Amino acid sequence: MRKALERGLLGVGLMLAASGASMAADGHDMLFGSLLVDQLEHGWRDGQDTVEWKAQGWIGGDVEKLYLKTEGEYVRDDTVEKAEVQLLYSRMVADFWDVQAGIRHDFRPDDPSRTYAVFGFQGLAPYVIEVDASLFVSEKGDLSARFEAEHDILITQRLIAQPKLEVSAALQEVEELGIGSGLNDIELGFRVRYEITRKFAPYIGISWSRSLGKTADFARAEGEDADSLALLAGVRFAF
Amino acid sequence: MKLTAAAGLAGTVSLYPGRRSFASADKELQLTVEAKRIVVDGVESDAIAIGDSVPAPTLRWREGDEVVVQVTNRLSEPTSIHWHGLLIQGVMDGAPGFNGYEAIGPGETYTYRFRLRQAGTYWYHSHSGLQEQQGMYGAIVIEPAGREPVRYDRDYVVVLSDHTQQNPMTVLRNLKSQEGYYNYGKRTLIDFFRQAERDGFNAALQDRLEWGDMRMDPTDLADVTGYAFLVNGRGPEDNWTGLFEPGERIRLRFINASAMSFFDVRIPDLPMTVIAADGQFVVPVQAHEFRFGVGETYDVIVRPQEDRAFTIMAEPIDRSGYARATLAPRPGMEAEIPPLRPRAILAMSDMNHGAMGMDHGTMGHGAMNHGPSGGGHAGHASMSHGTMNHAMPMQGSSGHGAHGTPAGHAMAAPVPADGAPPVGWDQVGTLPGEKALAYADLKAFARNADNREPGQEILVRLTGIMERYIWTLNGRKFEQGEPIRVAHGERVRIRYVNETMMAHPMHLHGMFVELENGESERRPLKHVVIVPPGKEVSVLLTADEPGDWPFHCHLMYHMASGMMTRFIVEQPTAKAGGKDRA
Repeated sequence: MRKALERGLLGVGLMLAASGASMAADGHDMLFGSLLVDQLEHGWRDGQDTVEWKAQGWIGGDVEKLYLKTEGEYVRDDTVEKAEVQLLYSRMVADFWDVQAGIRHDFRPDDPSRTYAVFGFQGLAPYVIEVDASLFVSEKGDLSARFEAEHDILITQRLIAQPKLEVSAALQEVEELGIGSGLNDIELGFRVRYEITRKFAPYIGISWSRSLGKTADFARAEGEDADSLALLAGVRFAF
Repeated sequence: MKLTAAAGLAGTVSLYPGRRSFASADKELQLTVEAKRIVVDGVESDAIAIGDSVPAPTLRWREGDEVVVQVTNRLSEPTSIHWHGLLIQGVMDGAPGFNGYEAIGPGETYTYRFRLRQAGTYWYHSHSGLQEQQGMYGAIVIEPAGREPVRYDRDYVVVLSDHTQQNPMTVLRNLKSQEGYYNYGKRTLIDFFRQAERDGFNAALQDRLEWGDMRMDPTDLADVTGYAFLVNGRGPEDNWTGLFEPGERIRLRFINASAMSFFDVRIPDLPMTVIAADGQFVVPVQAHEFRFGVGETYDVIVRPQEDRAFTIMAEPIDRSGYARATLAPRPGMEAEIPPLRPRAILAMSDMNHGAMGMDHGTMGHGAMNHGPSGGGHAGHASMSHGTMNHAMPMQGSSGHGAHGTPAGHAMAAPVPADGAPPVGWDQVGTLPGEKALAYADLKAFARNADNREPGQEILVRLTGIMERYIWTLNGRKFEQGEPIRVAHGERVRIRYVNETMMAHPMHLHGMFVELENGESERRPLKHVVIVPPGKEVSVLLTADEPGDWPFHCHLMYHMASGMMTRFIVEQPTAKAGGKDRA
């Protein structure tokens, strides 16, 4: 786990190193990079507190980019940890849309690690809704999917509310990972951040998540709640 | 004098432009390009200077002379100097990658040599990377070979520019990384409730949904904010001052050397007589203000009679600050700085999705309907282009070629008592009884030399994806699209169709275009033409300068993002002339 995190951090470091821009000789083929740590937050919930992160960085030009996405959860009493890293090739296919393909690797101390092939799209839907949808095929051939959507509501120029929806589903049951078939989880979040600068914004929020169907049964069998409500405080920052 | 102003004087900008440049009588000069720290309103920052100052020294030349300029690059990156608006041999034009001209490498010296074929107010700037934003710009004043047709007692250059503390590369990266990064004038929930109270909840919601459906932002007037706006290198505190004796005629040579900023320029209580646009004389026309596109120049005459100071006020169109200077009988005097006028938000009609705005009441803000079309050139409205049928009879204000207010119509200040923002890119907020210059007011002093009908029309769609900060011509980034090719001597019409919601100052190197603004034989000659959001503008051109000319949006970050192409005028040989240009 530690090694995995280190590897992840190394990747982030590389992104940072590349996040300066460089210009090709003709002045018009420019390479840029950016890293956004969208969520780095402490969650207070029944039972156990968590620290979660979610970040994505990219390097590339207007059409082609290389994306690194990572998210994970760290539980204070060390009972559960999970981390996920995706490395994706991303290509612009429409004004507002990129298609993405690559690999995902999950690190879990208590469960078997998994590697997945990833196919997805990311972009901006009408009504300025940011969408990130992915299809995963594990090394065992299991198919799963995840859909995320979020929208910024400006209360003032710097105080910004962000409702967010995340849904995951699977085609096959994967008992060893506690995944049932069908809809697995739904998570609704609402965060309010204050942009001290565009690149630094502390926030508070709430998040409600619920496991569904067989996934919920697996969770209960593990002694976890099927639904969970958390109060959040965190920081969003970018480089 | 304020302390900050004193600091400015002590700083590097102090020599400008109180004296004539060292080049005054000199047809041969050396200019060095090097990094420098400059002080604006007491704040120090990085810059690149030509000839050790920002702006660069004013070059005063005489029409007909041959000048030699040796430019030495003391930077660690390539540089270049482009002579903006000059009729010039291609290789001397100074745009790397065009006409066989190559950038000046670090430590190298390049010798420019050219004969001045024109008189008037022009400017020069870097055409490499984003250096222009860092201070590489200066004025060129070319006196006519014969008698100066305009009488004046004083002659001042007024170079407007925008200066950022940030490295321009960082600015571009921020623009590429997050849409609206620099926009702190977006519509908020609070604005929504105000709008709902004013127009009704449903109308307000409908308006939001329409913009949201397009994934567009009506507050997107300027891509970059956080600028200090300068006059001759001085910030508003430093207050550049031009002296006069009451009763004198003062010629002000305005140059918009900004990287990104359109300005509304006025001198409260002092009407201006516009005598030249883009260096070329026009039939004198009175105006209280003008909207000033990046790269344009205007020469005006003012004649203050009173023994008092006047403020030269230049508000960027997003009203994120102002440039200010003073005309005064004695040093140290100041006049009132007028409050910034309201910032407009875009109308649905500023989008090329033309018809959308019509039936949804978003144009219902009253201030927009003022009289017949100011632009003329109605013949093109019918040249529809699929969805581009946005002739907008409803709006009426700024059909083709016109911007600002329509000819001769002073517009009431569009600030309703209920505090609603003025709606429409062209809503300047001109004071009642005052007149804003429109393109339709420009009438060339000399008759056009060539009145042939154009043999072909070149459609140039101004395109882009704001969300990604990709800017294009005809949907193609620079070097990804086909160059435009015309034969030597060919007469063409260039029709700009702006499909974006930003105004683009379109600049063609090497030749003047004739703006089709309703004039029949006195079309004004321009090197930069503003194409307002969602509008069409057309120009005529006699392609009499062979070369491989840059043709681009003069907003620097747009050009750097791809909004440029090659405009190739073939050599006047029999072989090239016979080429099929289908």
